[in-house]
Amino acid sequence: MSSVYLSYNHILAPLGFSTDEVVKNITSGKTGLKVIDDEQVFQETFCGALIDKVQLTSRFNKLNSSKAYTRLEQMMISSLTEVIEAAGIPLDDRVGLIISTTKGNVDVLEVDQAFDKSRAYLSALGREIRTYFNFENEAIVVSNACVSGILSVAIAKRYINHGIYDHVFIVSGDIVSAFTLSGFHSFQALSKTPCKPYDANRVGINIGEVAASALVTRSSNHLSEDAVEVLSEGSCNDANHISGPSRTGEGLYRSMQSAFKEAQLNANAIDYISAHGTATPFNDEMEAIAFNRMGLGEVPLNSLKGYFGHTLGASGLVETIVGMQSLKNETLYKSLGFESLGVSKPLNLIDKTIEKPLQIFLKTASGFGGCNTAVIFKKVK
Amino acid sequence: MSQSYKIKSYCHIKAHEVSLNGKVIYANDSNTFSEFIKAAYKSEKTKYPKFFKMDNLSKLAFLAADVLLKNENFDPEVEQNIALVFSNKSSSLDTDRKHQETIQDPSNYYPSPAVFVYTLPNICIGEVSIKYKLNSENSFFIFDSLNARHLKIYSDILLSNKKADEVLCGWVDFEDDSHYEAFLYLVSLEGNTDHNEHEINKLYNI
Repeated sequence: MSSVYLSYNHILAPLGFSTDEVVKNITSGKTGLKVIDDEQVFQETFCGALIDKVQLTSRFNKLNSSKAYTRLEQMMISSLTEVIEAAGIPLDDRVGLIISTTKGNVDVLEVDQAFDKSRAYLSALGREIRTYFNFENEAIVVSNACVSGILSVAIAKRYINHGIYDHVFIVSGDIVSAFTLSGFHSFQALSKTPCKPYDANRVGINIGEVAASALVTRSSNHLSEDAVEVLSEGSCNDANHISGPSRTGEGLYRSMQSAFKEAQLNANAIDYISAHGTATPFNDEMEAIAFNRMGLGEVPLNSLKGYFGHTLGASGLVETIVGMQSLKNETLYKSLGFESLGVSKPLNLIDKTIEKPLQIFLKTASGFGGCNTAVIFKKVK
Repeated sequence: MSQSYKIKSYCHIKAHEVSLNGKVIYANDSNTFSEFIKAAYKSEKTKYPKFFKMDNLSKLAFLAADVLLKNENFDPEVEQNIALVFSNKSSSLDTDRKHQETIQDPSNYYPSPAVFVYTLPNICIGEVSIKYKLNSENSFFIFDSLNARHLKIYSDILLSNKKADEVLCGWVDFEDDSHYEAFLYLVSLEGNTDHNEHEINKLYNI
């Protein structure tokens, strides 16, 4: 089977409107998280990462679109434009489009919204993005809770390996809305201060918003400087609980097993883990158990939620793109918010940003509905 | 070269009727979906109290999967590697609207975790996985209508890559009381129907 690569990419986040700017800010230890006291957004004070409205509008207006687009569509279009331009690939029948999101344009369900409520259908979001760029193929929309972003990378690779497409553009995005904030608040899952993944004092998540895009391709002629090979993947269910992770980390463990088996790799081949680390007590504990079951307890690991918040269906892709920068820059980025280990099994948290040669990294994610995904990436250049 | 797979069995739930392999096994003329699905569930004699906590989409998907998988008579002691690949148009919008109602009015604000957890379409995959102890591959896709080509390709990929032994695949959509539909089918090495786009569409339209 020929190689499949993750290549040109773009991040549009509170930390910056390009992958380079975002990574520069991560390197200097900046976070996109802020305490937000704004009744227009949410009736309670919360800590989250919001994209500046004025900045987004001015960025989007540069594209001179004559049509009205929702906030999420503006984010996704702005981000994907960069990747399509950088890739320089004609959007013919050999090119796929995958969109990953949990809630899409859920804000159109609010009263007094300018957009028709039909825009809340995720297939409508798919149509808008496809039509804007003139993709020949119908958009494949993946909505599989918080693994959606990384699962789309796995799906794109599978489609290419199977000979259906030569290239797949992925765009992932989710917005911060009263809808999600109120829901997580009702679960008592929100932290009022910046989250602390894997820390002894972690109390919950912060919600963030982001759009991220990337090209997945079989063509070695379309590789960016930071391109990685997508070696293998697995996506297995806990079959345990719809809103709580398995106590044994079963689904995540099996996802990793599936990926390791396919890549024919052992745990000691992994140089770095870009973990999920939401900073809820149960999630992080579950991950620690699963990583230890795989013999990965000593591998340097971080959660990037301290920089972006939990960006739901986009988190897996944005964190993978940062992982690509780790390999390119030979740098392990600090797991922001971490001070002392607060899980029952050993983990090697990256407590300060350091340079280190890196070849292979593992990205994992887990979500509601018991879903988990693990994907292994290898440096190309 | 990829192997050719078969459709082993299939189940429909629509217009207050449940059918298995094209034969109606339950029907009633309840006024609402809730009444219908509860009565259909009872007729199946699956004792599973969690059913009553599920939202409409999960009840629909759960019952369709239960009717179909029960008919396969799997040995409960043997772990099954059956991937779940579901799709629909309306995502979790029925429950999204319910959650939205609870937060719309600040003077009458009552969001509930029991509702919010169902505001993701793949929760119904989780419900089926829990009942049948399926620690397998799973994914939820959104399309305007049943996309037989995509479902066929993705099932073939999971089977030929040995990520799954069988794939429970199809369409589970809940828009409202009078617009709902489940069509699930089991893709396997054995069966009487060829696994191709034409057959999937044909069975869907039965």
